[in-house]
Amino acid sequence: MLIMNNYNNMFNDVPTPWGMYLQDSASPMAEGMLEVHDTVMFYLMMMLMLVGYLTYSMMKFNNKMSYKYLTHGSLLEFIWTLFPVMMLLLIAFPSFMLLYLTDDVIDPAMTIKCIGLQWYWSYEYSDFINDNGETISFDSYMMPEEMLEFGQLRLLDVDSRVVVPIDTHIRFIVTGGDVIHSFTVPALGFKVDATPGRLLQISTIITREGRFYGQCSEICGVAHSEMPMTIEAVSLPKFLDWLNEQ
Amino acid sequence: MADEAELRAKLHTFGNDARFPDQNQTHRCFQNYVDYFRCVKAKGEDFAPCKEFWSTYQSLCPVSWVEKWDEERSKGNFPAFDL
Repeated sequence: MLIMNNYNNMFNDVPTPWGMYLQDSASPMAEGMLEVHDTVMFYLMMMLMLVGYLTYSMMKFNNKMSYKYLTHGSLLEFIWTLFPVMMLLLIAFPSFMLLYLTDDVIDPAMTIKCIGLQWYWSYEYSDFINDNGETISFDSYMMPEEMLEFGQLRLLDVDSRVVVPIDTHIRFIVTGGDVIHSFTVPALGFKVDATPGRLLQISTIITREGRFYGQCSEICGVAHSEMPMTIEAVSLPKFLDWLNEQ
Repeated sequence: MADEAELRAKLHTFGNDARFPDQNQTHRCFQNYVDYFRCVKAKGEDFAPCKEFWSTYQSLCPVSWVEKWDEERSKGNFPAFDL
């Protein structure tokens, strides 16, 4: 079983019907987000159980908790002030740590510009310049439903995917061309608003090959739901081959 | 893989700039654009360090922004200064 788990990994990189949990992570940042989610959930569960128990015991039993002539108690007040403070601190520290870690752009090896437009994404690989001195750029439209091939995902697959190398620090520069859009890829832990006239950077290092899907996450007009983004992570030699074809 | 490092060397982009430590890099794009033309004006097109500004704004600024500014420069109404 262990061997099978090691060699036959199936990752959940797409939204699933009735999916109750997050997609599998493909970057350290997304991994951190899952970790924080689970940590916070743990404290939330502890509090829910405590409050639930108190409520239940007050309704069910005639005990100290439900003693209605108890008008004040210093120790009790001290505890019910300190306890939430401790809980909030326990939640705040990992969350702030992650927040500042995600802001860091550490020595990137390539830059990709993602420009949100009504209603498609435009990508520019300006580190690379072709023979005519032009930068590599393309528009990426959603695959219309009638043109979907078997296995492609409705409202998620696009005609030209963003091909990126794995195990490489990549800097994404996100901006908008007309209205505010949002560049979102759950598997990579991305959600960056694409604001016109503003360049936002975010970096990632994708840890495995695969296709990672995302959808525009800022209401941007009638076809807001029809401008997904698909990131295809491949090995470095394959990426360079793809680049040469452009 | 021996040639992995060789392939990796093909990837190169602009680094970090302590003046712009934030997620918002808008001003960095404009600054490098202005710096490039200021550099070229002072030192000439062939001065190698100017290329650094060029590659930074090239990688950072959206093509449409650069086109707009180029047009403004050619018309003489680029807001920074006389470039």
